[in-house]
Amino acid sequence: MPRKVFVTGYGIISAIGFNVGEVVDSLKKLKTGVSSLTLIDSVYRDEIPVAEIKATNRELYVMARPEQRGCYSRTALFGLIAARQAVDHAQLDMKSPWRTGLISGTTTGGMDNSEKFYKSYLHDNTKGRIREVAGHDCGDGTEKIADCLGIRDFLSTINTACSSSANSIMLGARLITQGKLDRAVAGGTDALTLFTLNGFNSLMILDRQQCRPFDENRNGLNLGEGSGFLVLESEEVVTREGKAVLGEIKGYGNTCDAYHQTASSPEGHGAYLAMKKALEVAQLDPENIDYINTHGTGTKNNDLSEGIALEKLFREKVPPCSSTKSFTGHTLGAAGAIEAVLSVIALQNGWIYPNLNFSRQMHELGFRPAEEFRTGVSVRNVMSNSFGFGGNNSSLILSKY
Amino acid sequence: MATYIKGAALISPQKTFGERALPDEIMAYEQVNFLQCKEPSYREFIDPMVARRMSRIVKMGVCCALKCLQDNGMTSPDAIITGTGLGCLEDTGKFLGSIYTSEEKLLNPTPFIQSTHNTVAGAIALAIKCHSYNATYTHRGFSFESALEDAILHLDENPKSNILAGAFDELTPDSYTITKRLGLWKNHPVNNLQLVGDNTRGSLPGEGVAFFLLGGEKGKDDMALLRSLRTFYNPGNYADVEREIDQLLHDQGLATKDIDLVVAGFNGNPAGDRIYYHLMKNKLKDSAFACYKHLCGEYDTSSSFALWLAATVLKKQVVPAGIRLNDQTSLPVNRVLLYNHLRGRNHALYLLEQC
Repeated sequence: MPRKVFVTGYGIISAIGFNVGEVVDSLKKLKTGVSSLTLIDSVYRDEIPVAEIKATNRELYVMARPEQRGCYSRTALFGLIAARQAVDHAQLDMKSPWRTGLISGTTTGGMDNSEKFYKSYLHDNTKGRIREVAGHDCGDGTEKIADCLGIRDFLSTINTACSSSANSIMLGARLITQGKLDRAVAGGTDALTLFTLNGFNSLMILDRQQCRPFDENRNGLNLGEGSGFLVLESEEVVTREGKAVLGEIKGYGNTCDAYHQTASSPEGHGAYLAMKKALEVAQLDPENIDYINTHGTGTKNNDLSEGIALEKLFREKVPPCSSTKSFTGHTLGAAGAIEAVLSVIALQNGWIYPNLNFSRQMHELGFRPAEEFRTGVSVRNVMSNSFGFGGNNSSLILSKY
Repeated sequence: MATYIKGAALISPQKTFGERALPDEIMAYEQVNFLQCKEPSYREFIDPMVARRMSRIVKMGVCCALKCLQDNGMTSPDAIITGTGLGCLEDTGKFLGSIYTSEEKLLNPTPFIQSTHNTVAGAIALAIKCHSYNATYTHRGFSFESALEDAILHLDENPKSNILAGAFDELTPDSYTITKRLGLWKNHPVNNLQLVGDNTRGSLPGEGVAFFLLGGEKGKDDMALLRSLRTFYNPGNYADVEREIDQLLHDQGLATKDIDLVVAGFNGNPAGDRIYYHLMKNKLKDSAFACYKHLCGEYDTSSSFALWLAATVLKKQVVPAGIRLNDQTSLPVNRVLLYNHLRGRNHALYLLEQC
């Protein structure tokens, strides 16, 4: 009998808020985090809008209160802030004998510091502050977060591009289901970097305006930054400790589109398979899904491909759906976790989030996203989609318990 | 849990791809600062038009994975899972460099696209049109172990499935220069076969790509049985390490006397090797000891080389003289304990058995 996996805490930091309260407030007020770039020295500063967290690394360091000194990347600081919120929210006692893991998803790792190093290194390879590149790898931030929070039974880091942290949550859930861990702090973190800004710009998929997911005239995505973490615990821990359950991880699917290194297949085959698999694991039918937090980046390619996959799975009855990336920007490796946190909050409160900047329905699709912040809705099961380069598609189902 | 290693493919600084000279022949490199892979001919595996757009590590990764599948008659596995400590460094460096040299203008997106850690797993799926589970782990000395742990979860969920799990890490001129400045490597060139026992600080960097086909049910040609995999983080002292070994053996109903051969991660850096010597002289003194990093160099996923070596030893029942560290070796080798740590923080224990 597979064990159930419960959500008992969460944390979030994003351009729309430094914590859950601020984030919820921005969502309710339809306040986007997308604005101009201020903290990275780029020629695109005034041209490409981003969802930047308006705090310097120094300010974030103070906020993160690291127990261990060291050279922290922006990614590690976001991760520590969100993971600590989640651990505090769930009131995790690290001295208890439960086996606890930390699983983080990230695509940039310590790139923000590496860039500082590389600029000097490029002119003279004996130059550049070496401590700034020592934490370049994706595992560095995870170990720093684990060291600060006292997690040591299981550590892992995932990089499946933009589905990274959806896969962290999936791995955490599977480890608990199989009885290999009792508790998992699972999520992801990513910072804006010159590397990703120029990377996505070279692919010509960055909108020069606010992104417009699922809109006929959408013209690309807005990059964002931040972190989200969930605390997952087994039924045994929850029962023994009498913990409040905020939600359940009921289903997950991970598939590969295997169509192109960056583009999604026109028929959204991988996306369709991931959602279908998640429903199978959850033992739910499409009509049981009350809200879908879509991947919805705002690129021509993603939204069409995801939209077609949604219609293939849900037929003419696509449930209320929206892309909260119109608030948070696309936070890459952190997106799956940030959106999973928002999904749990939607379950708890009976909310459906709006999709900002929507005006015209896509001519290829028969549905339009939710446009208003809806309250008092019966939200029992939420599907959260995360798709990435390399064809890495993942879908999670979070449910009320 | 039962995880059978059905087959494996390895690209390394040794002759391990196709000709399979190791374990019979060991390549000696004299006065070198690093070890690099002997690249295979990619033609047989990848369309040259496609290969032209791939970086060296992506080519090696795809080629090695396809060989592992082909040798074992597998067209589409139920999961493709990779582990890499540092991902696709060549393209990361290339794109980062172009940002500064071209002042962010008119950048070629190809190196960016191929810089992400999941490029190899995605390219393998693309090559064989495989829509199943696909994941990439990147956590220092746990990168390959995470991939295996995920594979083991899959086999627990469905023992009938076939999982392709592998690891890749590349060394580039820049990654060598930078990690040298971090103090990881020796300050003088070495002969690789004399690496273990060299008393100066630092190790010899290397690289490699390995893929394994894993299944949950016994077959007639299996290389080895992976009975247990145990990782632990940042142990405080030798006793902590010994406790982990005891726990692993206890869980399997075994004692130290049941271990015929220990393959350990000696890398020539005295500070890091101390724990291996300690175990060789004390707790595991009755077992034969072997080392492997003089063959492939040190890198985040070098334990994948060691797993290939240990499985090969079990399958062929040969312990080449060039890897032995003491004179305890006797055949048959029924059980191998593989123990490696990366810079004292990421420790992994593998228990393998002859099939």
